[in-house]
Amino acid sequence: MTDALAATRSRLCDYALALGDDCLILSHRLSEWTGNAPDFEEDVALSNLALDLLGQARGLLTHAGELEGSGRSEDDLAYWRDDLQFRNLILVEQPKGDFAWTVTRNLLFSTYQELLYQELSQSAEPILAGIAAKGALEASYHCEHAALWTARLGDGTAESHQRMEQALMALWPLTGEMFELAPGQAELVSAGLAVDPSLVLEQWQLRVGEKLQDATLSIPRVPQRRCQGRLGFHSEHLGHLLAEMQHLHRSHPDASW
Amino acid sequence: MEQMVDDSLEDAFQHRIDAEVKIEPRDWMPERYRASLVRQIAQHAHSEIIGMQPEGNWITRAPSLRRKAILLAKVQDEAGHGLYLYSAAETLGVDREALVDMLQTGRQKYSSIFNYPTLSWADVGSIGWLVDGAAITNQLALTHTSYGPYARAMVKICREESFHQRQGFELLWHLSHGTEAQHEMAQESVNRWWWPSLMMFGPPDHSSPNSEQSMRWGIKRVSNDELRRRFVDMTVPQARALGVLLPDPELRWNESTGHHDFGPINWDEFHRVVGGDGPCNAERLTRRRRAHEEGEWVREAARSWATRHVPARIEAA
Ligand SMILES: [Fe+2]
Ligand SMILES: [Fe+2]
Repeated sequence: MTDALAATRSRLCDYALALGDDCLILSHRLSEWTGNAPDFEEDVALSNLALDLLGQARGLLTHAGELEGSGRSEDDLAYWRDDLQFRNLILVEQPKGDFAWTVTRNLLFSTYQELLYQELSQSAEPILAGIAAKGALEASYHCEHAALWTARLGDGTAESHQRMEQALMALWPLTGEMFELAPGQAELVSAGLAVDPSLVLEQWQLRVGEKLQDATLSIPRVPQRRCQGRLGFHSEHLGHLLAEMQHLHRSHPDASW
Repeated sequence: MEQMVDDSLEDAFQHRIDAEVKIEPRDWMPERYRASLVRQIAQHAHSEIIGMQPEGNWITRAPSLRRKAILLAKVQDEAGHGLYLYSAAETLGVDREALVDMLQTGRQKYSSIFNYPTLSWADVGSIGWLVDGAAITNQLALTHTSYGPYARAMVKICREESFHQRQGFELLWHLSHGTEAQHEMAQESVNRWWWPSLMMFGPPDHSSPNSEQSMRWGIKRVSNDELRRRFVDMTVPQARALGVLLPDPELRWNESTGHHDFGPINWDEFHRVVGGDGPCNAERLTRRRRAHEEGEWVREAARSWATRHVPARIEAA
C-alpha cells in the first residue's frame, strides 16, 4: 500500500467512525424511551428509529474497522474506545429529555442525516455509498415522524408549544457542529469520497424552517456554541452513557456473546 | 319471558361452541362470556406491556451490538403484541384507555412472572427461553379458543413468540458454552427463573376456580396442569442441550406415565406475588403509571391538534 493510499484509508476510517458514532449514540438515547413513551404506538415507533440507527451504526463501524485494517470489529469499536476516542456530535449525546426534546433533536438530526446521506450515496467509495443510500430512506422516514410530532406539539397546547420552544432554544446552539468539515477531510471531499457537510446547510435550514413554521414555531435567535465532539471533546453526558453501555462487555474481556 | 329467550340463545350459543364454530364480534354472546373474555384478553395485553420492563432493563447494557438489536426488536414486538391484544379486546365493546386504567390502578392483573427482577444479562436469555416458552405453550392452545379475534391474534403472536424463544435459547447457549463466568451466569439465572416459569400456568386444576366454565365456553382449551406438563416435557431436553441443570432434585422421566415427574411448586410464593408482594410489583406499576402520566401532556397536545386539523390525506405508512 502506498503512503497516500494508507492516509486516505485512515481518513475514511475516521469519517466512517464519526458517522457511525452519531448513529450509535443517538440510538442509545432513543432506546431509553422503549417502555417509557407517551403511548404504546410511540414505544413501537421510537424503538424502530433506534433500531434503524443501530443498524446504520453497525454497518459504519464494521466498515471503519475494515478500513483501519487492524481487525477491530464493530464491538471492539463500540465497547473498547473511551470518551475521547468517540467522534459523535455533542447534539446526539445529550440526555433523552422530555418528548419535546426528543422530537426536536430528531427533527434537527434526521433532516441533516437525510441530506448528508443523499449526497454520500454518490460517493466513489461503494460501501459508504451503499450504507448512505439505505440510510437516506430510513432518515426520510425519521424526518416524517419528527415533522408529524413537531406539528402536533408546536401547534398543540400552550404547554406543548412552550416545551418545544425550550427544546429548540437548548438544542439549536449545538447544530453548528453538524456542518463543519473535520480536519483532514478536505482531501476526501475533493476525491469525491466524502461529503462537505457545509454544502447541505442551506437546504437544512430551509427544510427545518418550514417544518417549524408549519408548527407555529420558528428558528430561535440564539448564537451557536462551540462544539468539538468530532475532535473527541464531549460533554460530560457521554462518559455516563458509555459507562452504562460498555460496563458488561468490559467486565468479561475474554467473552463472546 | 326474557329469561326464556336468553336461555334459548344461550343454548344455541353453546351448540356453536360445541360444534367448534368461532364466535365473532357481532354474534350474540352471554354477558359472562364477554366479561370473562375481556378480563382474559386484557390481562394478556397488560402482560405484554409490563413484560417490556424486565427485558427493557438490559437494552442499554447489552454486551454486543448484535444482541442489542435482537433485544430491542424483541421488546418492540411485545409493545406490538400489547396493541394487537387491546384491539382484540376492543371488539368486545371496551376501549383501550379504560383497560389501561384498570391496569394502572391495579384493578386488573398481568402475568406475575414480570414481578421478578432481571439481575443479570443471562436473565434476558432465561426470559426468552422459559417465559416466552411457557407463553407459547399456553398460547398455542389458545389458537383454538372459541372467540375468533382472540384466536387469530394468538396465531400471529405465537409466530413471533417462537422467534423470541429461539433467540433466548441461543443467547443462553452461548453463555453456557462460553467462559466459566458466563456459564455460571446462565446457570444462576435458570435457577431463579425455573420455578416462577412453572407458576405461569396458574394454580393446579383442583383449585382453579374459573377454569371449568372457561373450558365449557371453549375459551380455555387445555387445563393448567396439562399445559404445565407439556412445558416441562418440552423444556427438559432443551436444558440438556443447553448444558444447564434445572433446579429440581425430583425432576425425572417417568416411564409409566410417559412424562416427567417434578417436585412440588411453592404455591405460597405464587399467591404472595399475585397478591402484590413480589420483588417488583410496586416498581412495575409505578414505572407504568409514570410513563403514562409523563405522556399526558403529549397525548393532550395530539388531541388538541387533531380537533383543529382535518386529516388532509391518509397515506399508507
Ligand atoms: Fe409477546
Ligand atoms: Fe415474547
